[in-house]
Amino acid sequence: MATEYVPASTGAKASRHLSVDRRDFIRVCTLALAAVGMPYAAAADVARAIATKKLKPSVIWLHFQECTGCTESLLRTSHPAVSELILDLVSLDYCETLFAAAGHQAEAALQKAMRENAGKYVLVIEGAIPLKDDGIYCQIGGKTALQIVHEVADKAGAIIAIGSCASWGGIPSADPNPTGATGAPTVLKGKTVVTIPGCPANPYNLLGTVLQFATFGTLPDLDEKNRPKFAYGRTIHEQCPRRAHFDAGRFVQKFGDENARLGYCLYKMGCKGPATHANCSVQHFGEVTDAWPIGIGHPCFGCTEQTLGFRVAQFTTVDIERPLPPDTYPPIHAPQGKISPVATGLAGFVGGALLGAGFAAARRLGGPPPEPPPDAGKEA
Amino acid sequence: MSVDRRFLLKSFAAAGAAAAAGGTIEARARAVAPADALGLLYDSTRCIGCKACVVACRQANDTKPETQNSPGGIWDTPMDLDGNTKTVVKLYKSADGYQRSFFKAQCMHCVDPACTNACMLGALKKREHGIVSYNPNLCIGCRYCQMACPFNVPKFQWSSAAPKIVKCELCRHRVAGAALSSVGGFSRYPASHGPACAEVCPRAAVIYGTRDELLAEAKRRMAESPDRYVPKIYGETDGGGTQCLYLSHVPFGDLGLPALSDQAVPDVQQTIQHGIYQGFVAPLALYGMLTAAVFRNRKRAAPDDDREEGGRPS
Amino acid sequence: MTDRPQALGGPILTRPVRILLALFAVGAILIVWRLGAGLGATTALSDGYPWGLWIAFDVVTGTALACGGYGLALLVYILNKGRYHPMVRPAILTSALGYTLAAASIGLDVGRPWLAWKVPMYVWSWNLHSALLEVALCIMSYTVVLWIELSPAFLERFREGPEGRLKRFSQKAYPIVNKLLIWIIALGMLLPTMHQSSLGTLMILTGPKLHALWQTPFLPLLFLISCIAMGYAAVVFESTLATSFFRRRPDTDMLAGLSRAMLPVLGAFLVLRIGDLAARGRLALAFSADRFALAFWVETALFAMPLVLLLPARQRRDPGNLFRAAMFMMLAGAVYRFNTYLVAYRPGDDVHYFPSVPELLITLGLVALEIVGYVAIVKLFPIFSASRQTAAQA
Repeated sequence: MATEYVPASTGAKASRHLSVDRRDFIRVCTLALAAVGMPYAAAADVARAIATKKLKPSVIWLHFQECTGCTESLLRTSHPAVSELILDLVSLDYCETLFAAAGHQAEAALQKAMRENAGKYVLVIEGAIPLKDDGIYCQIGGKTALQIVHEVADKAGAIIAIGSCASWGGIPSADPNPTGATGAPTVLKGKTVVTIPGCPANPYNLLGTVLQFATFGTLPDLDEKNRPKFAYGRTIHEQCPRRAHFDAGRFVQKFGDENARLGYCLYKMGCKGPATHANCSVQHFGEVTDAWPIGIGHPCFGCTEQTLGFRVAQFTTVDIERPLPPDTYPPIHAPQGKISPVATGLAGFVGGALLGAGFAAARRLGGPPPEPPPDAGKEA
Repeated sequence: MSVDRRFLLKSFAAAGAAAAAGGTIEARARAVAPADALGLLYDSTRCIGCKACVVACRQANDTKPETQNSPGGIWDTPMDLDGNTKTVVKLYKSADGYQRSFFKAQCMHCVDPACTNACMLGALKKREHGIVSYNPNLCIGCRYCQMACPFNVPKFQWSSAAPKIVKCELCRHRVAGAALSSVGGFSRYPASHGPACAEVCPRAAVIYGTRDELLAEAKRRMAESPDRYVPKIYGETDGGGTQCLYLSHVPFGDLGLPALSDQAVPDVQQTIQHGIYQGFVAPLALYGMLTAAVFRNRKRAAPDDDREEGGRPS
Repeated sequence: MTDRPQALGGPILTRPVRILLALFAVGAILIVWRLGAGLGATTALSDGYPWGLWIAFDVVTGTALACGGYGLALLVYILNKGRYHPMVRPAILTSALGYTLAAASIGLDVGRPWLAWKVPMYVWSWNLHSALLEVALCIMSYTVVLWIELSPAFLERFREGPEGRLKRFSQKAYPIVNKLLIWIIALGMLLPTMHQSSLGTLMILTGPKLHALWQTPFLPLLFLISCIAMGYAAVVFESTLATSFFRRRPDTDMLAGLSRAMLPVLGAFLVLRIGDLAARGRLALAFSADRFALAFWVETALFAMPLVLLLPARQRRDPGNLFRAAMFMMLAGAVYRFNTYLVAYRPGDDVHYFPSVPELLITLGLVALEIVGYVAIVKLFPIFSASRQTAAQA
């Protein structure tokens, strides 16, 4: 039990500071840290950090071409106290969705947060940034998204792009991409931008990253697309609860058929799981069990992957990059070698023709000579 | 003339007798496994058919999955060893369906291999630890090794423009200078330096070590549970002995392992070949006799500078 | 003078030759495809049957059929039957072409031919246990020996030809070749003895994969004996064809003598074959109801047929009968080799092989080229003796 690792005094102090039940606090810390792959013992560090007020980094949250789904996903937790707790772990200094303020007041808050926490604040970007026509297709307070993001990213301590839109362009970047919507890493070339793709992104992926940064000042291991490996290191296919059905060749052939009712594999329905890196299968959404696409019986559509999400048709099956053995076995003796009937015919024809010609020639050569030559019997 | 005919018939008889004398030539010395011979022990009673060994072998050897047998190419389904697959797990089912056994196939690393005997330039050769290894720089792709192997192990890359022979080499490319040390009574390399299949097996159904250690372990298992196994360690003496050994609860023939005598596979052929060609004496002697005969017959015919060749009749 | 070899002359590109060249053209295109696309795409070879038509026919059977030169050389140079001398050069020509065809087929069949040069050159890597190494080296050397043995025919023409470097070279080379001829001829009898028997030894290594009716330590001797019969039969066959096509007087008397010499050879084969099976208790297998027993009896019958056909002396003077017997003999040896290398070779149950169409057409194309080469060379160079020519070539 996690409580054993967190000294009672530290836990009590932290929960007093956060005005929340100590047990709830420990539980959330453990959950969040487990999502990052940190050991239980780290919960003690988090508790200590909060107790000594070293936590609560400043977070500036920018919204651009997005549906706000990622923010909503973050808020969609079943326990209101938990969401408050999450918000209390950080100091959310600018967020258009949750701000009570608006207009000039909000802009002033942004400038103040940037000034006071220069070099230390965490910049979270939600939504794509349009580049076409100098980026006029998204403007806030008279400034284009492009300008805003450059300005705020300049002094950020860490930059996180949440959601597919911010990671690589997402839905606004789908063909024909009339606004030139682009992901933050492309716009902020030269800077390390942690991407947390997904549509929406799984809130625990963000939470784990932010917690690690806040507690230890480090970012989790990132892959070549700067996605945290703890969440995006494996494909859906590798951790899918329906994998046994894939390996055994049990597939849904049509929505609503008997196989669908039995919960068989959705590969043939165009599931992009084998090519999609994400942890949806092990970290469900909204804290409801099986609240994720395959869990409710719909094939994954590859929302985290730029090459798949909003690009490849739903029912197009995806190639398996590294096929693995199925649930079946070859027999001890497998038949080998086909005999071509054409070849047999050809060989028979040629062979027969040659033999026939040979015998015909032999006949034409005639019989023995009419009378034996005088010196017969004297063969050498 | 009759002298010549008798002469020739005698020399032919001598050559013929030498060619035919399988049994009259002394048998060759029995080959013995090197003291540090490495091998595998596969216990089919422990295998659960998880195929982790097949996957590990693919990763360790960087071979491509065989997808042509699966619909849409979604699975890796080698039906047998092939130009891309160095180990495979097959399933034996008895006719009534009640007896089942898995069988892991790979190179047997024979003590006296037929393939190394066959190979013209020694591309296949027993190298360190008695591992039968392949050097493509000495291979012309004649495929005599495939004809010779009684286990049909060496496979050929038929669809490649520069085809090679492919077979298990006990992951000797992973050793990279690491040393064997004793781990639980077996000689083992540090992790990721030994045979990948044995390292990954979750049930120790396939393990590796020196041949002596594996034989001892096999005998220990058989002594401990005699009812569990067919009373024979396949490879102890079969075909002259192999370094990859098998324990099974069904007859070995059912698993596709051929019934071989204790005689090493190349014995008969080598005895004959060496009987005829030992030190090249017989061919040289025959050449001498032939040359002498031709010379003598040529001299008999009147020499003529205008003649194109000798041996003209009188 | 009367027996002096002479070029037959006449046009080379006759209609039959053009048809053969067309056949070769088809084969040539397929050869290019085989070299580009690999063995898997063009042949029916597989891991189950790594050796197929090109080995069993082109190499093993083809070289045996090309042993006419060998057999005749034994007869003429060792047993001193000089009256067969006029048949030697044509037989050597057939042998040279046959062995060259075999060498070309090997070049096509091996998967990594760009390393083939290492076989004769990498002496330090030679595996002296390998029967195949011996076969390879012998075939390579024997092919060279055959062309050297045949070279006097080319040199004779070139030294009588138009003035120039070729004439001067031929005049200088001719006596040198003549001096070496004894050693070359003897080599030309040693090498086939070695590798024709080793072609049998090759299959001993397959052990239990070769059906018990064929697997025997006597394989080398059986292959050697049958190759002698095949070689003589090829000489009879080719001589008869040449007689018809090139309008020559038949060599029936010589062929009759040759055929008589084949009787003990055939007899020896049959005695050894059946005796070996009986002595090792395997004869019962010949009476099981399967395709192996059938193959055995077909092969045995084919060896027995020429014996039956040639025993009566009168039959040996019948050119048609001689030709038929020769065909049977060649077929017998070929079937024996096909059986040993393909039919009786069982790597497992349910493993099949039959040559693919490209394999067949390439073989046909190469044989066609061989025939064209034969026709061209006998017309251009002094191969056949003049005395038997009845009419000038059209």
